Amino acid sequence: MYGWIFRNLPGPLWFRIITSILFIAAAVLVLMQFVFPWLSQFNPLNDSTIGGGV
Amino acid sequence: MVQSPGHLDSVVGVDELLAGNNKARAQRKRSDRRRRDQRPRQGFFRTLVQVVGELLITAGVILLLFVVWELWWTNIEANTAQQNAVSQFAQEFQGPVTPPPPGGSTDFGPPKVMAVPDAPSTVFGVAYIPRFGKNYSRPLVEGVAQAQLDTLGLGRYESSTMPGGVGNFAIAGHRQTHGAVLDAIHTLVPGDKIYIQTKDGYYTYVFRNNQVVMPNRADVLLPVPTQPDAKPTERFLTMTSCNPRFGAEERIIAYSVLESWQPASAGPPAAIVAQVAANQKG
Repeated sequence: MYGWIFRNLPGPLWFRIITSILFIAAAVLVLMQFVFPWLSQFNPLNDSTIGGGV
Repeated sequence: MVQSPGHLDSVVGVDELLAGNNKARAQRKRSDRRRRDQRPRQGFFRTLVQVVGELLITAGVILLLFVVWELWWTNIEANTAQQNAVSQFAQEFQGPVTPPPPGGSTDFGPPKVMAVPDAPSTVFGVAYIPRFGKNYSRPLVEGVAQAQLDTLGLGRYESSTMPGGVGNFAIAGHRQTHGAVLDAIHTLVPGDKIYIQTKDGYYTYVFRNNQVVMPNRADVLLPVPTQPDAKPTERFLTMTSCNPRFGAEERIIAYSVLESWQPASAGPPAAIVAQVAANQKG
């Protein structure tokens, strides 16, 4: 899958390498900024309140 | 670079060079074609397995990334937000930051208790706990929802009193992640001081004991902790956090009792003078 994507990126090899790095960086940024903060509310491991937080 | 053909001819021969070049190019083209021809022959099942495998590897990498985010990045974000909240509180604080002259009166009467903040997430004070580090100062914020604890550190249970009040001033904080404000809660030793600063002054609590309880034990927040029928006469400070350190099966509770208080005009207690002044500088 990733091999197919890489082969189908436009441009010479160096350009495709740079494009892939940019894609990976963008994916990590979206995960850290939006996905993980949202996911965090379902993580029971860092609830530090007691009795459901009165 | 432009060279005279005659010159090149005499060394290798342009035709030879071109022929070699073309041969290489043709070879590359052929191998490209061979590679392209090979792909469809890979078979549907093999492609499926490959794609599923790559997706599973991706899921694993994302999970690892989540752990990194939770255990490392949330601390960086929360520490910055809390430092900003502390310096903002310190800059709005009215009062000297030098300790009271020795020999002066240390009895300021019953502690002044500030009104309950109007809105959740209001920063109403700063906690100084020297046992957690010389520079430990964290904001006290109204409310214990995720919105407060995940960014601003120590949240006040809305059912509890304000600092200095008769009864139980109860706060919660993360043991790990989001600033890890109460990471060292198990290192408190009876007699350790916990200083609470509000706009009215400084409240000095003395740590008494720890207790590990199950997460449903809301009675630790009662005006007299764990005693539903008792009439409160003392001024407690109760801190709650997760236990064990990287889990949440239990809660760890730290009980403290008010020892003394001094109004803002009297200056901070000697033990935290440097830190109060540093916070005010920003």
